Parts: sequence; C-alpha cells; structure tokens
Amino acid sequence: MNNSEWPLWEVFIRSKQGLDHKHVGSLHAADAAMAVQNARDVYTRRLEGVSIWVVESKHIHASNPDEAAEFFDPAADKVYRHPTFYDVPDSIKHM
Amino acid sequence: MSATQPEPAVAAAPTANPLFPFVLQLADTSLILAHRLSEWCGHGPVLEQDLALANIALDLLGEARSYYQYAAELEGRGRTEDDLAYLRSAVEYRNPLLVEQPNGDFAYTIVRQFLFDNFHYQLLKGLKDGPDTQLAAIAEKSLKEAAYHLKWSSEWMIRLGDGTPESRQRLDKAIATLWRFSGELTTPTAAETNLQELGLVPDYAALLPAMQAHTAHVLAEATVPVPEGVFAQQGGKSGRHSEHLGYLLTELQYMQRTYPGLTW
Repeated sequence: MNNSEWPLWEVFIRSKQGLDHKHVGSLHAADAAMAVQNARDVYTRRLEGVSIWVVESKHIHASNPDEAAEFFDPAADKVYRHPTFYDVPDSIKHM
Repeated sequence: MSATQPEPAVAAAPTANPLFPFVLQLADTSLILAHRLSEWCGHGPVLEQDLALANIALDLLGEARSYYQYAAELEGRGRTEDDLAYLRSAVEYRNPLLVEQPNGDFAYTIVRQFLFDNFHYQLLKGLKDGPDTQLAAIAEKSLKEAAYHLKWSSEWMIRLGDGTPESRQRLDKAIATLWRFSGELTTPTAAETNLQELGLVPDYAALLPAMQAHTAHVLAEATVPVPEGVFAQQGGKSGRHSEHLGYLLTELQYMQRTYPGLTW
C-alpha cells in the first residue's frame, strides 16, 4: 500500500426526514475529523442531510459474494418466517 | 479609450449614499477571492479539497452578488450588478490587497483564506446587528458560511503547521509572504472611519481582540509562533492594487468585454 495515500472512509448520511444513516459513498481523509469535513463538502452540497457518520473502510467486514448462495438462498422458501399467518383480532388497533 | 466615453465622469461624481462605496468594497472583496479560489477548480491537491475550495468560492460569489445588487440599488444610476462586476477597471476596484494575491501553493491559499476568514467572520457578526437592514440580512445569511470557512481554514493551518517538515516549511513561507496583507483588513480608510462614526460599520478596533485570540489559539495548535511587528501593506481599499489584479480582471471580465451584453 502507498503510504502517501490517505486512508479510505465510508460515508453515511441521515436526511432531514430519515431516521437512519444511509451509505452514500466513500472518500479519502487523513483522520476522522477531516473525513467528516470532507463528507460535508463532497456529499451534502445539495441539502442531502443533517447528520454525518464516517467509518474507516478497513473496519467494515463484508460477507463474501462467493458464499451468497449458501448465505442467502436458503431463506427464499421459508415464507412462514414472515409474521403474516396470524388472525389479528378486531380489537387490536394500529397493526 | 475610456476617456472618450462619458461614463467614467458620471461614476466619479460624488454619490448621495455614503454606504455605496463600502458595500462595493465588500462586493469586490468577495468577488476577487471567489475568483482566486475558483482557479483551483480541477487543480485541487485531492478531489475532496478541490470541492471544498469550489464550495467556498461559490459561497463568496453568492455573497458578492448580494452586495453588488445592493450597491447598484444604493447608487441609483441604473448600473446593474453585472456592470459593477464586469465593467470597472482595476483602479476602481476596492478590495484589500490580500484577496488578489495569487494562489501559490496550497499553503499560500490556506494562509490567505485564514487571514480573510478570521476578519470576515467577525465583520459579518458586527454587520448582522447593524442598523442597515439590507446589509444586516446579507451578513446574517453569509455568517453561517463564513463560520464554516473559518473552521476549514483554521484546521488546515493546524494540519500544515503541525504536519510534516515539508508542510511546515511551506506554511512558514506563506505566512512570511502574506501576513503583511492582513493589517489592511482592519485599518479603516477615511470613508470607513466616516461610516464607523455614523454607526453604520462596526469599529474594526473592537473586532481585533476576538480575531487575535483566534489567531493565537490556531497558531499555538499549529506550533507556529504568531508573527509580530509585521508591516501592514495598504492600498487595495483605496484602489492602489498589485499588478496581480489586472491579470485577474482580464480573465474575469473577458466575456463581457469581448461580447458586451452577453447573457446565458
């Protein structure tokens, strides 16, 4: 790895209406403080958000795309895991 | 060429509103610095800072437009914001010398920006509470932007000063070259003194303690000694500019000069 290159950071932005921070992209920065400022300058120029999270990309551990079949396909035929097979009594509101 | 045109004679006549030259000075200052920063577009040291520089340039350009529109209104001679920005010569520009200084390397740009932001932020705070409602409104809108600019340039002063031997050496060189232009910002011209006595413009002496405290704080973090006893180069606010402004205006005004009345 080239040491003169700043580390990579992943940026998460929460929009005004949103409750969750969503991944919007990545950028380079020397440290966390600079990453937050850079995120402000790169990703919030058009009122995209009101809160910024950054995390150094090396701290994110991802599932292996080669294992996608055994990871995710088995859930495909198990519809009974969705809580949709109950009769909701009329007296229960706001469901 | 201009001697044959009647316009300069009209422009030289005394204006009724004493605020006009001051608002024009604010407009010129923001426009010239915006133009300098826009020269970085596509040339920034990294993509993220390229965008940061362009963002600041656009903030200042927006602020300049507000001032030019207000100045045109104050003058009341039918000149528009575009006439004021594009059809005045270098000697008619009233920006302080600092903002017309060339970009140099990134350290030069940061020192120039830091010196300006530190003054700009305090000035806007003063104008925001001033008696002129239009100027106060522009200042209030611009203050949030200026607060971010100051945060950005202050952080870079610290990073460059307390960074690598090379960044420190470049910062020291920029400080040695540019600090002399900071004094003009807070040295009132006769016109500014007049407006300060009328209470229309904040007393610059009253802005200094906050500016000096911020400078001391940032330079201490940057491990850089605060320059002392630096000669204050004056002239820009009175129309005596460095040769750099002529070149800058040649580029800035090229379209309107070559294609008069051109619109998008």
